[in-house]
Amino acid sequence: MTSTTANDAIIRTAEGVPLKLKLLRTTRRNRIVAFCLVVPLLLFILVTFLVPIAVMLLRSVDNPIVAETLPQTVAALEHWSGQGVPDEAAFAALAEEFTLARENRTIGRAATRLNFELSGMRSLVTSTARTLSRGEQGPYKELLIEIDGRWGEQKTWATIKLIGQRYTTVQYLASFDLHYDAAGRIVAQPEVRQIYVQIFMRTLWVSLLVTVLCLLLGYPVAYLLSTLPSRISNMLMILVLLPFWTSLLVRTTAWIVLLQTHGVINDLLVWAGLIGDESRVQMIYNMTGTIVAMTHILLPFMVLPIYSVMKTISPSHMRAALSLGANPLVAFWRVYAPQTVPGIGAGSILVFIISIGYYITPALVGGRTGQLISNFIAFHMQKSLNWGLAAALGTVLLACVLLLYWLYSRVVGLDKLKLG
Amino acid sequence: MPEPNDSLVRFNEVEKTYDGETLVVKSLNLDIARGEFLTLLGPSGSGKTTCLLMLAGFEPTTHGEIILDGEPINNVPPHKRNIGMVFQNYALFPHMTVEENLAFPLEVRRLPKTQIAEKVRRALDMVRLRGLGSRMPSQLSGGQQQRVAVARALVFEPKLVLMDEPLGALDKQLREQMQYEIKHIHEDLGVTVVYVTHDQSEALTLSNRIAVLNDGVIQQIDTPNKLYENPENAFVAQFVGENNRLLGKVTSINGTGCSVEIDGGGKVEALAVKIDGVGGRTLLSLRPERVRINPTEGQVPNVFDGRVEELIYLGDHIRARVKVCGQDHFIVKIPNASGHSELHKGDQVKVGWAVEDCRALDA
Repeated sequence: MTSTTANDAIIRTAEGVPLKLKLLRTTRRNRIVAFCLVVPLLLFILVTFLVPIAVMLLRSVDNPIVAETLPQTVAALEHWSGQGVPDEAAFAALAEEFTLARENRTIGRAATRLNFELSGMRSLVTSTARTLSRGEQGPYKELLIEIDGRWGEQKTWATIKLIGQRYTTVQYLASFDLHYDAAGRIVAQPEVRQIYVQIFMRTLWVSLLVTVLCLLLGYPVAYLLSTLPSRISNMLMILVLLPFWTSLLVRTTAWIVLLQTHGVINDLLVWAGLIGDESRVQMIYNMTGTIVAMTHILLPFMVLPIYSVMKTISPSHMRAALSLGANPLVAFWRVYAPQTVPGIGAGSILVFIISIGYYITPALVGGRTGQLISNFIAFHMQKSLNWGLAAALGTVLLACVLLLYWLYSRVVGLDKLKLG
Repeated sequence: MPEPNDSLVRFNEVEKTYDGETLVVKSLNLDIARGEFLTLLGPSGSGKTTCLLMLAGFEPTTHGEIILDGEPINNVPPHKRNIGMVFQNYALFPHMTVEENLAFPLEVRRLPKTQIAEKVRRALDMVRLRGLGSRMPSQLSGGQQQRVAVARALVFEPKLVLMDEPLGALDKQLREQMQYEIKHIHEDLGVTVVYVTHDQSEALTLSNRIAVLNDGVIQQIDTPNKLYENPENAFVAQFVGENNRLLGKVTSINGTGCSVEIDGGGKVEALAVKIDGVGGRTLLSLRPERVRINPTEGQVPNVFDGRVEELIYLGDHIRARVKVCGQDHFIVKIPNASGHSELHKGDQVKVGWAVEDCRALDA
C-alpha cells in the first residue's frame, strides 16, 4: 500500500493513461463546443473594441508627425550635444524640409505638434516656412536667426529634438503636469499649466463622493425592496429601474430644469421666503450639479447589486439573531450587514468605475468647476486634436481603474463580488 | 394534564389572523409543563408554525395571552424572551465560524470571555463536534450544521427551546439519528422543548406529549401511545399512523359499544368514541396491524369474508390489500413472524377484529 502510493502519484486508467489526461480528452469536445459558442462575440469585441483601444493606447507613445515631416533635421540633431544651437547642417536640413513640407502641406501638422510642447512654435514654424518658400538661400544658420531670433535659442531646438523622437513619453509626463526642460530633465510644468493632476484628483474625489452618496441613499432602498412582499417590491423596483429606461440626456436636462438659478427649486425657495430673490443659489453648472446629477443617474447601479444580495439572505438569520438575544440593531450590524458586504462591494466598484470615466453629465451640468478627466480627454480628442495627450490621459485613467480593481480583489476578493 | 403551577408556557385563548378574514389559530388554550417535550403536529397550514412564531415573539397575537413562567409576554420583544430557537434551514450565520456562531448569544449577553470560551467548548462537546469549532458552517454536512444550530439554541441556557421542523432537510437515516440525539439532549438537560413537525413518526419518537393541530384547532393532546391507541376523532386517527376507514350508520348503542351498519354491507361491533347517536353517520377507524387473518372461531365478534387483492413484502411485515365489505383499500399488516399465514393473491380469507380495536368516530 505505502509503496504503491509513492510510485503511483499519478492515477492511471486501466490502459495506463494518466487519469487527468483521459479527463482532458473526454471533455475536449465540450470545450471546443463551448469555445465555438463564444467565438462570434469574441471576434466582434476584438475587432470593434480591443483593437481600437490598443491602437488608441499606442497613440500615447507613438509620435510620428515631426519624425516624418522633418526626418533629416531630426537625424542631424541626433549628434547635437544639446548645448547652445546646433551646427549648420541641422539648419540646412530644417530649411530644406520646411520648404518641402510647405509644398506638401504637411507643415501645419508638424507646427501644431510642436506647439503642444512649446507654445509659440506654430507661428514660428509657419512664418519661417513662408519666408523660406520665397527662395531664400543659405547659409541657413544666419538666415533663420535673422527671420526669427528664436531659432538662435537652445529651447527651440531642444523641443524639435524631443518631439522628433518616433516614440515618446512626453504625453505621459504631460498627463502628470511634468515636462522635459531645455536641458532634458523632467521637471514640473509652470504653475499656470498644471491642470491634470488636479483634475485627476478631482475626478477621484467626485467618484468617491458619488459612490458614498449612492451607498447611503441606495442601501435603505435595497433593504426595503428586499423585505417587502414581492407584489409591492416589484412595483417599487420599476421605479428604481425607471431611470434606466429614460434617456440620459433627458434625465440630465431634467436636473437642469430643477436646479438652475431660475429653476424649480430656486423658485420654490424664493417663494417660501427662505432665500431672497437676489441671492438665488447656484446649484448647476458647477460641482454641485455634477454630483447631484451623477448620484441620481448611478443610483440604480448601487441598488441592484445590493438588492440581489439582500434577497438571498434568509429572514431566518435575523430571527435567529433576535432569538439568541441580540437587540435589533446589534442583530442587523453583526448578522445582516456583514452578509451584504459582497453587494456593497459590487455596487461601489460599479458606481466608482462608471463615475471615474463619466463624461456626458459633467459636460452638460458641470460648468467650469465640475469638469472631470473624461471631459478633458474629449477636449483633446475633438477640439485641440492632441490625440497623443488624450490617449495618455485615457491610459492613466484605465490604469487607475485596473489598480483599484486589483486593490479590491486583494482586499475584498473578486469571488465575493456579486453583480446579481 | 400537568399541574397549572408547574406550567412554563400557557396559551390563553390565543387567536391569530394574518389577513383579517381567516383565523389561522382559533382560541388556543395550551399548557406546557416545565421540562416537557411537547410536539405540535399537523399538516401544513394547520397553524403549528404560527403558534411557534407567536411564542418566539416574531408574530404578534391577534387576541389572547401567552404566559411564560408566570409573566405575560405579549409585549416582550423576541430578544428579551430568552427562548432558544432552532430553524428549519438551520439559520447559522454564514460569515461566522462554528465557534463564533455559538459565542454569539453569549457575547450579546456580555459574558466574560473566559466563560464564553468554556460554554462554547461544552456546547461543542454536547453535540460531539469537538475540533470543528473553527470551520465555517458551509464546510459542515447537513447533520453537523443541524447539531450546531441545536447547540447554539441551548448554549445560553434558555428555559425553553423551540424547534421548527429542524430535521426537515435531512435524509431519512440522518433524521432518525438526529431524533435520538435531540431526545437525549432533552433528557440530559431537562430543558422544555416545543417542537413543530408534520412527521408523525418523528413526533411519536421524541415527544412526552403531542398536540395534533388542524385548521388552527388542537384536535387532541396526549401522550404518543394514547394518541395512537385512542384517537378521539377521525382526523387524529388518520393523521397519526395508518388507518382503515369504514363509513357507516349507527344502528344501536349499548354502553361503551355500538353497532354500525357499513355502507358496503355488513354489521360491525365497535367502540363508541365520538358518535352522534343512533342513526348518525360514523367513521370506523381500525389499525391495519390489529386486523387478524382467519381468526379462530368465536375469538372476535367481527368476522368478514375478504379477497386478497395485492401483497407487498416489506421485510418485517407483509402488507395485504384485501377487499372487505365492498371496501377495496382495506389494509392488513401481517407480521413476518414464524408460522404466519401464507397468503396468495386472489385467496379467499376471513378477516376479523376485536371491538376495542375498532373505534367509531365522527364521520
